[in-house]
Amino acid sequence: MNNAGIPIIVALLASTLRLATPLIFAALGGLFSEKSGVVNIGLEGMLTIGAFFAVYGSFKTNNPWIGIVFAIVSGAAIAAVHAFLSIHLKADQTISGVAINIFAAAITSYLLMVLFNRQGQTDGVTSLYYPKEAMLKIPVLGKFLAELNWYVFIAIALVIVTNYIFYKTPLGLRIRAVGEHPKAADTLGISVYGIRYLCVILSGALAGLGGASLSLSNTNIFREGMVSGKGFIAIAAMIFGNYKPFGALWACLIFALADAFQIVAQGLGWPFPSEFYSAIPFIITMIVLSGFVGKTVPPAADGIPYEKGEK
Amino acid sequence: MKKLLSIVLAVLVAASFFSGCGQKQQQQSQQQEQQQQQEQAKKIETSVKIGLATDEGGKGDKSFNDAAIAGLDKIASEYTVEPVILESKQNDQYEPNLKNLATANDLIFAVGFKMKDALKKVATANPDKKFAIIDETVNLPNVESICFKEEEGSFLMGVIAAKTSQTGKIGFVGGIDTPLIQKFEAGFIAGVKSVNPEAAKELQNRKNVKYANSFSDINKGYELAKSLYNSGCDVIYHAAGGVGLGVFNAAKDMKKWAIGVDSDQAVTVPKAKDVILCSMLKRVDVGTYSASKDMIENKFKGGSTLVLGLKEDGVGIAPTVNPAVQQSTIDLANKYKEAIINGTIVVPSTLDDVKKFKPVEIK
Repeated sequence: MNNAGIPIIVALLASTLRLATPLIFAALGGLFSEKSGVVNIGLEGMLTIGAFFAVYGSFKTNNPWIGIVFAIVSGAAIAAVHAFLSIHLKADQTISGVAINIFAAAITSYLLMVLFNRQGQTDGVTSLYYPKEAMLKIPVLGKFLAELNWYVFIAIALVIVTNYIFYKTPLGLRIRAVGEHPKAADTLGISVYGIRYLCVILSGALAGLGGASLSLSNTNIFREGMVSGKGFIAIAAMIFGNYKPFGALWACLIFALADAFQIVAQGLGWPFPSEFYSAIPFIITMIVLSGFVGKTVPPAADGIPYEKGEK
Repeated sequence: MKKLLSIVLAVLVAASFFSGCGQKQQQQSQQQEQQQQQEQAKKIETSVKIGLATDEGGKGDKSFNDAAIAGLDKIASEYTVEPVILESKQNDQYEPNLKNLATANDLIFAVGFKMKDALKKVATANPDKKFAIIDETVNLPNVESICFKEEEGSFLMGVIAAKTSQTGKIGFVGGIDTPLIQKFEAGFIAGVKSVNPEAAKELQNRKNVKYANSFSDINKGYELAKSLYNSGCDVIYHAAGGVGLGVFNAAKDMKKWAIGVDSDQAVTVPKAKDVILCSMLKRVDVGTYSASKDMIENKFKGGSTLVLGLKEDGVGIAPTVNPAVQQSTIDLANKYKEAIINGTIVVPSTLDDVKKFKPVEIK
């Protein structure tokens, strides 16, 4: 019976980062898609698909890293459907996204029976190894680092990478141009469809990775309904962060902090009903939204299908 | 062209789904036929038809609904009954499913407290049919209510937790804060209180009690349990469905103990068996079995409530007990069981009653 008690503030911060990780992946995914002008509310479904296939990959090969690859590929695949519908067929992007959310819930429930011969939930699989003991040996930060998992580091690294891509590379400029003014971009020889396909598929890959961070980290199981609205919270975080990678990161951290605080607060013995604690994250969100966030500006062509040669 | 392509694709996808189902059903029906032919001879003849509607957990939840179905399977092995089972995936399917079952069956089970309103409507509209509901009471002449004394089983878990805990701090993780889950909480606290009143204090003021507000968010369960273990708890009892899986993961991470619920979770969640001290068994199958048997033998007690506690074997300690639980602890739990059965101890079922509960010490 080791590691009895770490300081409450350390526990709170570590819990915040763990809870924020899937949100960050999904919010970054949402950013790629929306920056290029395609609304993606199918993130919830892509998280679900990613969470399922992460467990399936690890179940089949006993190697969680392959599970993560499965998650990324499956997320990208389902996003490709969204891309085809909304870019090529010019379907309503909101409807396509909703369809993906419903489809993901249904197909995972079905595949659970076909691939695992289980209903409701999978058996436990090999989860990602995190060198907790080695982390504990690091001076000062050791106790804190030991409480995290690999996804936390990957997520934060990806925020930095995404920010770099958007604002420091030609590709980023193209993505933003396609999202703001596709006609102008097209005139300059940028393939609007190509960029949008790339971004939507990347969006699915990131959300798939987010799904893996839900089912294959501190947990090693997939259960129906385990994503429970995190995709929608990620969309809120993305808008809240004014469609910028670091903005989204902060927003995810605020949501996660509220959730982590709620867990700690339940132990303070205040005479409130437990529903009050469940409401804390939403109350904090409303306060922050009304007080600190100015007008958020989505990309000008967000949600509008691009028609070549249209006047 | 595009339209044609999308239509063709859609048809293909749809077709592929059905092809899978068809084969499976065929195989199953073949097997069933063979089994039927073999067993038909031994079964007792009856004309009673039985139907059952699950709640959202559905078939294969490895606990609540599966147990209910297991009770009917047992009936089907003794009598010539072929139970019809309908799964409800959403709240709004309760009523249509029950209505549907009522057209062709004599006894219809509604599994789960959430189906109360739907059952009331359908039972009122079909006064000539018999109904039974699990975990709720419905006061109609043609409805039998089957309830469990979860608090009695949870009491024994409390005894085991308090005896096994080394830190003297014990936690509870609940799904959604409702009177049903509070029965588990109340019984558990009373059990802890009987062995270690000091440890019960922080449960009673809810410092070591956390609710997930969900029955499926595994990651929430992980975080809740981590927070409890961090504050010094070394045993957590969960009554939170899928959320409990997260509790087991946290227990594994931090090398602490957890207690399972509803089914023998050391068997149903084998990867976590090292951290599961034991589980509180809720024998929903006993409920569906005995109600069906009563129906077939013409002894169906409409308008009454069948309450299954320790005495009736409706709740109890699951067969798998971790070696970390000492034999003396198990003996003690069994002594408490005796005391509850013979009425020396009345286990509280609400949080208010726990505060008034005077622990009885048994050595």
